[in-house]
Amino acid sequence: MTVSRFRTIVYIAAAIVSLAGLADATYLSVQALTGETLGCGGSPDCFRVLGSAYARIKGIPVAFFGVLAYFSAFTFATFAAFGYARARTFLVPTVVAMFLATIWFLYVQAFLLHAYCRYCLFSAAVTFLLTGLVIALPPGRSRSVS
Amino acid sequence: MKRYLPFVIVALVALATLGSGAMLYRAKRSHVTPITEDKTTVVSDAEGPHIRGNPDAPVTLEEYGDFQCPPCGKFAVFLGQVEKEYDSRLRVVFRNFPLKMHEHAREAAIAAEAAGLQGRFWEMHDVLYREQETWSTAPNARELFESYAGTIGLDLDQFRKDMEGEKAKERVDADRHRGESLGIETTPTLFINNQPLEQKDRNPEGIRAVINAALQKNSQS
Repeated sequence: MTVSRFRTIVYIAAAIVSLAGLADATYLSVQALTGETLGCGGSPDCFRVLGSAYARIKGIPVAFFGVLAYFSAFTFATFAAFGYARARTFLVPTVVAMFLATIWFLYVQAFLLHAYCRYCLFSAAVTFLLTGLVIALPPGRSRSVS
Repeated sequence: MKRYLPFVIVALVALATLGSGAMLYRAKRSHVTPITEDKTTVVSDAEGPHIRGNPDAPVTLEEYGDFQCPPCGKFAVFLGQVEKEYDSRLRVVFRNFPLKMHEHAREAAIAAEAAGLQGRFWEMHDVLYREQETWSTAPNARELFESYAGTIGLDLDQFRKDMEGEKAKERVDADRHRGESLGIETTPTLFINNQPLEQKDRNPEGIRAVINAALQKNSQS
């Protein structure tokens, strides 16, 4: 397998993994919009996490930022798979930012809230997988689409 | 064509995300119905609901609450402020809606109703919310409920009998059935003059705005 082909496969895998994260973040955003996270009724642990002050930034649910992040990762990975050289330049910092945010949210769940929401843990797993894929990318420039 | 394919894929995913999000929102949004006359008399009102404030107030705020639910506890603090602000213009009705996910919620609701049988429902309501964090995690919440009963001046023997009796339990169950018939699934669920509070109004400013609108409507009619 050539390096170029391997790189394309990694980008396609990253795009597919991002879609899973996008679906998860979209679900959490809808939960925030319907107010499910403001009251009791669902999973108690998810309520403790999603209803906490850490689940919003200036009133905006962090799930919205998750949607933006996963959609950006999907977009950059898709364009990179099609040979757009600059897409990788954007993909790497996006995934790094998502990785750092995930570490923060895991810390909040483990040490500040003492509760885990399964949707957040799924999102963390997706981001770790994305990070692994980005690390697995061989160094060098993507081929450019003329 | 290949040049444009990534644009098409990204656009399709964006549309699919928005579409599925919108469908999910429609499916998951609250389906609580307004309280109609038949729903106010079907169950639990044989002895009247628990009312605090002016019985003839132009605005009624009805809450379906769970004593072990943390947002209900926070709301109870806010409710105290609102009651002071609106004074005789607002009356508050409380209905039990203990959720199965909360271990001691039903027992707490029964304790409140048992206190209600001695005319001290609201005193127990207040102490249960104030001490929520303590009894929610206690291995034997019942002992704490009995100590609260003593604190608010109840006849303890009678309170214990009422906790075991059917009357308090029946009231709790009747409130819950009434809530279920209105489509309630979460707590706190609020109604202002029988209309369910919309999601956008589920905050202090929103609640005040809806109360003010109800007052204005009342003064015009």
